[in-house]
Amino acid sequence: MLRVIGKRLALLIPTLFGLSVLLFLWVRSLPGGPATALLGEKATPDAIARVNELYGFDRPLLVQYFTYMGKLLQGDFGVSINTGRPVLEEFATRFPATIELTIVALIFAIGVGVPLGYLAARHYGRFLDHSSVVLSLIGITVPVFFLAFILKYLFAIQWSILPPDGRQNPRIDATHFTDFYVLDGILTGEWDAAWDAVLHLILPGLALGTIPLAIIVRITRASVLEVQNADYVRTARAKGLMERSIRGSFILRNAMLPVVTTIGLQLGLLISGAVLTETVFAFNGIGRFLRDAIFGLDYPVLQGFIIFIAILYALINLIVDLSYSVIDPRVRVQ
Amino acid sequence: MSNRGTSVRGAGFARKRAALTAGFSIAALLLTGCVQSQREENTGAEGEGDTAVDSTFVFAASADPKSLDPAFASDGESFRVSRQIFEGLVGVKEGTADPEPLLAESWETSEDGLSTAFTLREGVKFHDGTDFNADAVCFNFDRWYNWTGLQQAETVSYYYNNLFRGFADKPENAIYESCEVDGDNEATVTLAKPFAGFIPALSLPAFAMQSPTALEQYKADEIGGSAEAPQQSEYATGHPVGTGPFKFDSWNVGQQVELSIFEDYWGEKGQITETIFRIIDDPQARRQALEAGTIDGYDLVAPADTQSLKDAGYNVVARDPFTILYLGFNHKVEQLADPKVREAIAYAIDKEALVSQTLPEGTKVATQFIPDVVDGYNEEVETYDFDPEKAKELLAEAGYPDGFEIQFNYPTNVSRPYMPTPEQVFTNLQAQLADVGITVTPSPAAWSPDYLDQVQGTEDHGLHLLGWTGDYNDTDNFIGVFFGREKPEFGFSNPELFSALDEARGMSDRDEQTKAYEEINQQISEFIPAIPLAHPAPSLAFNERVTSYPASPVNDEVFSNIELSE
Repeated sequence: MLRVIGKRLALLIPTLFGLSVLLFLWVRSLPGGPATALLGEKATPDAIARVNELYGFDRPLLVQYFTYMGKLLQGDFGVSINTGRPVLEEFATRFPATIELTIVALIFAIGVGVPLGYLAARHYGRFLDHSSVVLSLIGITVPVFFLAFILKYLFAIQWSILPPDGRQNPRIDATHFTDFYVLDGILTGEWDAAWDAVLHLILPGLALGTIPLAIIVRITRASVLEVQNADYVRTARAKGLMERSIRGSFILRNAMLPVVTTIGLQLGLLISGAVLTETVFAFNGIGRFLRDAIFGLDYPVLQGFIIFIAILYALINLIVDLSYSVIDPRVRVQ
Repeated sequence: MSNRGTSVRGAGFARKRAALTAGFSIAALLLTGCVQSQREENTGAEGEGDTAVDSTFVFAASADPKSLDPAFASDGESFRVSRQIFEGLVGVKEGTADPEPLLAESWETSEDGLSTAFTLREGVKFHDGTDFNADAVCFNFDRWYNWTGLQQAETVSYYYNNLFRGFADKPENAIYESCEVDGDNEATVTLAKPFAGFIPALSLPAFAMQSPTALEQYKADEIGGSAEAPQQSEYATGHPVGTGPFKFDSWNVGQQVELSIFEDYWGEKGQITETIFRIIDDPQARRQALEAGTIDGYDLVAPADTQSLKDAGYNVVARDPFTILYLGFNHKVEQLADPKVREAIAYAIDKEALVSQTLPEGTKVATQFIPDVVDGYNEEVETYDFDPEKAKELLAEAGYPDGFEIQFNYPTNVSRPYMPTPEQVFTNLQAQLADVGITVTPSPAAWSPDYLDQVQGTEDHGLHLLGWTGDYNDTDNFIGVFFGREKPEFGFSNPELFSALDEARGMSDRDEQTKAYEEINQQISEFIPAIPLAHPAPSLAFNERVTSYPASPVNDEVFSNIELSE
């Protein structure tokens, strides 16, 4: 097992190297320079030249690349052009927000998606099945930002049940040290702050979780349909096993393999969905920060972010692969 | 068999479903209850003050401040915060752009205009207990002047660079020379060159007085460890100390900046004891936050929202415009090089219609490139009132009886204080120009960097839309920026105009300078380098409990002057 993990991690190195080269070239070939973005309408040719010199954008590409990689290897992602703070620090304060949001979205997507998909398969061809298929189709086709707007309009503005934006009510004086607000509230015993943070997660969590939910419903349904007609399930039934254990150990467990893969892939989708969701809900996570970085051509942030996400992706895939062996003993042997 | 199984399961499911529904309903009830009780708690806690108002004021900012050290900032959101924390020697008369005494009670300028003796307000303290006195004043002036290296970069110290033009290590261009302490409350600032805009310039937040103790303690000048990008100092990220009515509490990056009342403030403290700037970058989300009641107000209301917000009972406040939107001409284009054509276009445009159809309420029609509150505004300039017949005649005289075709550049997906909806302005002008036979080829581009690059850096443009928001009462800050030298944006060379602007900028006598600018404005109106269209007024929207807001054309809005009813 350890050898497998070690091998997978070693493979990360060439991947990241290749990525860093591509990324570096791509970022610098974007139209327009960061100087104009920085100076806006106050940009004069003199000012642009000064900014380029200051930030090193006028140096040869190769020199820029080695400077960049040298720093990167020392864990220095540079300083954000937009905010003047170290990129790593910016990520550290925002990442917990996105993780909280992603967890809520995932809980919603898995917690509703798997049972719904399972039930749809059990009731194949009947009302529950049809409606879940239709609902999941809608879930996939409705754009995230539109759904976010609708949810916000109804729950936050029309009915005022849930907060419209942010991670915390501005008037609540909460202590933060992990930057996971719900956790902070629980650890410090500030229950009102923790509950307030939970309330702030519901709408963005629902908006973000809808597409993964729809996909999970469909995958679960298809997978359960396939498994429940498999020979070994028939054999188990013929053998007179209890229906409950057939469903648990035979159907659900075997049907979960493709679902787990999908969930792993969904994590990537969640990050891109977070850009829109976080913008609509003014939620201070990585997504919103990335959007600002794209608009402001914040080179150091873009580079740092993509490398960071690549590592994250690789790790998630690793975890997904490892979880196969928990679910399916055959993978363990191989 | 499977059928029976299903029906049994069906019954089970129905029970579960019922339980689930019940669970959701209870959860929803709990949610509503909690939100309500929280709101009650809040008003309850805040009602304890002597006035019966909620003394916490939440304002939506569109972005984080770039820096809490105003000397190293140049963006509106930084200044919005720093205006609460800091004060300058010179303030701004409410509702105007004119200077008035603030931390300096009075000042006297020498005959030659080079030295100004300030008499300082007594008994003023910085938030950290440091006395505000002549030493503090000179400390600040010397701090700016002695910046080196990265601190001198235009992106870092934009305003000092642009207004004082030089530093101690290269004093050739420097306007500042020295500051002398003449007593506890007397300081004299000496300039190396005359600078008529000196006093009004000091009302800019960038030149506010900061606590010498805090500046040193939190190493305000230690910025940019690396040459790649300047990095903010400890002071600028968490320890700003001024003399203003509010002191800094905390800054949760990306979420909010919190300030609280400074108990020892020398002036009126007002009703607000806690100010929170909540960062909501999406304009739509700001409006929704106001509607949901989580914020008390926000800036730069979209023109389309003004009426509906008013109808819904919100207070919409328009600032006096301190902006200019113009239709630029690239004189390198054959047709536009002809003064007759430029005049024809001036007559072809119905500015009144443009303003009423595409710009926010409170917008004034422009006749020149400065708003009327700025010195040098000339009532007598040529106005070229809308006259399509005359426009056609002039076009025929210029040799284009059937009109001509020309490129029209405009930005997309952007909203500027002077141009909330560029696409609408373009469409409107396109139709007006078509009426006199000028066909435009639309050339839209994304605002930054494409549009600005194309219009300001290349010759690849014909007509274009651009504008400006002024910083303070300085005529040069408008027309000097536009027409002070040959620029690719306009592509003309007019030595007479260039030298007139240069001369006016260097005048030390304010009255003489004002006269010179009036003449220049007349000269510009005859030359028609571009067409001034409008002075759009930016609006703010507030919760109905905000009964008065000190709207200022130059954004000099201090929250201690806000009045609340509940």
